[in-house]
Amino acid sequence: MIKQQEVKHIAKLARIKLTASEIKKFQKDLSSILDYFELLKEVDVSRVEPTFHSTEHFLKNKLNIMREDKAESQLVEDVATLIKAAPERKNGYVKVKSVF
Amino acid sequence: MELHELTITQTHQGLLEKKFSAVELTKAFLARIEKENKNIFAFLIITPDLALSQAEKVDNWISQKKDIPLLAGIPLAVKDAILVEKIKATSGSKILENYIAPYDATCIKKLKGLGAIILGKTNMDEFAMGASTEYSGFFTSKNPYNLNRVPGGSSGGSAAAVAADLCCYALGSDTGGSIRQPASFCGIVGLKPTYGAVSRYGLVAFASSLEQIGLLAKTAEDAQIVFEAISGKDPFDSTSVKRSEVRPPLFSGGRTSDRFRIGLPKEYFVEGLDPEVEKIIKKAIKKFEELGARIEEISLPRTKYAIPVYYLICTSEASANLARYDGIKYGLSTENRKQKTENNLLDVYLRARAKGFGREVKRRIILGTYALSAGYYDAFYLKAQKVRTLIIKDFARAFEKVDVIFTPTTPSPAFKIGEKITDPLSMYLSDVFTVSVNLAGLPAVSVPCGFVGNLPVGLQIIGRHFEENSILEIAKIYESSRSSH
Repeated sequence: MIKQQEVKHIAKLARIKLTASEIKKFQKDLSSILDYFELLKEVDVSRVEPTFHSTEHFLKNKLNIMREDKAESQLVEDVATLIKAAPERKNGYVKVKSVF
Repeated sequence: MELHELTITQTHQGLLEKKFSAVELTKAFLARIEKENKNIFAFLIITPDLALSQAEKVDNWISQKKDIPLLAGIPLAVKDAILVEKIKATSGSKILENYIAPYDATCIKKLKGLGAIILGKTNMDEFAMGASTEYSGFFTSKNPYNLNRVPGGSSGGSAAAVAADLCCYALGSDTGGSIRQPASFCGIVGLKPTYGAVSRYGLVAFASSLEQIGLLAKTAEDAQIVFEAISGKDPFDSTSVKRSEVRPPLFSGGRTSDRFRIGLPKEYFVEGLDPEVEKIIKKAIKKFEELGARIEEISLPRTKYAIPVYYLICTSEASANLARYDGIKYGLSTENRKQKTENNLLDVYLRARAKGFGREVKRRIILGTYALSAGYYDAFYLKAQKVRTLIIKDFARAFEKVDVIFTPTTPSPAFKIGEKITDPLSMYLSDVFTVSVNLAGLPAVSVPCGFVGNLPVGLQIIGRHFEENSILEIAKIYESSRSSH
């Protein structure tokens, strides 16, 4: 069983405020899920490379996809639309709380 | 036949022969949605203005005697995780309840260009995390075959809409079975393309190494038409590939070659598989034997590790992808203009995410954060990525012996609403036959193949990478063999 303190720590790293009852519930849920994941312990992976891209070996063109390091110009209207999506705005900028 | 029952080619023919106009067709579907959506709950948002303006455009093309594309004037529904410009995109989450998409997803842009008619956005589990739509932030969609059952998920709204004839076809996304499982539960065709075959630009991100945009349709032929239209390289998604990577079918013309080999993985025909489902799948396999295919038992020995590997990878990727919901750039904010309650930036994050995310999303973000955190990364995340390599190797070895793999899409038919909601692990285990395909990036299609009582059963056909055309040909052969009886 993982500890309540651990759930609280992880929730803080994940930037989610949990209620006391959520902490209890997640402690139980996570413990049973993690117990089930123990199944992976029996697999020997000592000489196995991890997979980060599932199809790269099957492609004719295996090269990395790069683009020029150059900024594309944006329409003023597009920028305005994006800024408008922010809940708090001031003078065409996104308003953010102080960090400390 | 009623307008809403037609396939894509039948509708196209009707438009060309002027049996009905695109506007009439669109109005017929909108009226049907108006009447039926209050029972099925497939749609979150209906977009009549957008639909009718597209329909008028297509009618103009027709009256000018222009050669119209197959998908012109054909009404579709779009999973709410896919962006349609100037239309709300919630991805099933309260945190995006009032978010309006600033641009079109690439697949939407392509479809709009062809004259496709978007009827609305469909319900889904929040951020595509779920197998029933019960984790939607808004409501649960119903299975049109039995309103007390789930339609499956996460693309449950799209599947229910197609099955109830509320649209001709629908777009969905599949991260661990989210197209195939609801297609199976609702008795329709669901295609999950190869990773990279369809651009994911404009899809709300959940697990980037696993998810793929695909589609739900009434027939395999319709699925092939839509796949053709939305696939291809997109500069906005560097994982997308050129259409030339997608291979021509291994055979065509309604007949398989005599040397065509079907593999049955023994790990998929085990305890836990509903015996009634097994009987129906075996009957479908027998059909192919009669058609001249060779059936071989194969082994995918690491199948039992697929669920833990999948859930470790998808939750880890989700915890990173969903970090963007900060209550600042867009989406829900708990900031109250009158009472300035938050003290600093961290409080804004903590509160917006606590209020905006539902329970399953929180559970997965926390699980993923745990798997990526210091001290656990090697034991969980990295280990999962290594076992993933072994799962891919299992498939590669199997595909040396056989051309396609047949399995049931799900171990049992649609479950009851509420049946699995309290036990997250049991919900995860219902993905047991679909997640391996995403881990390996393979294409797979679910095809309806019978019923248990009144509930549909789906056959999953898995192909080699970029062999969607072959699995869809096989699905077509199967469909025509069934309708000839």
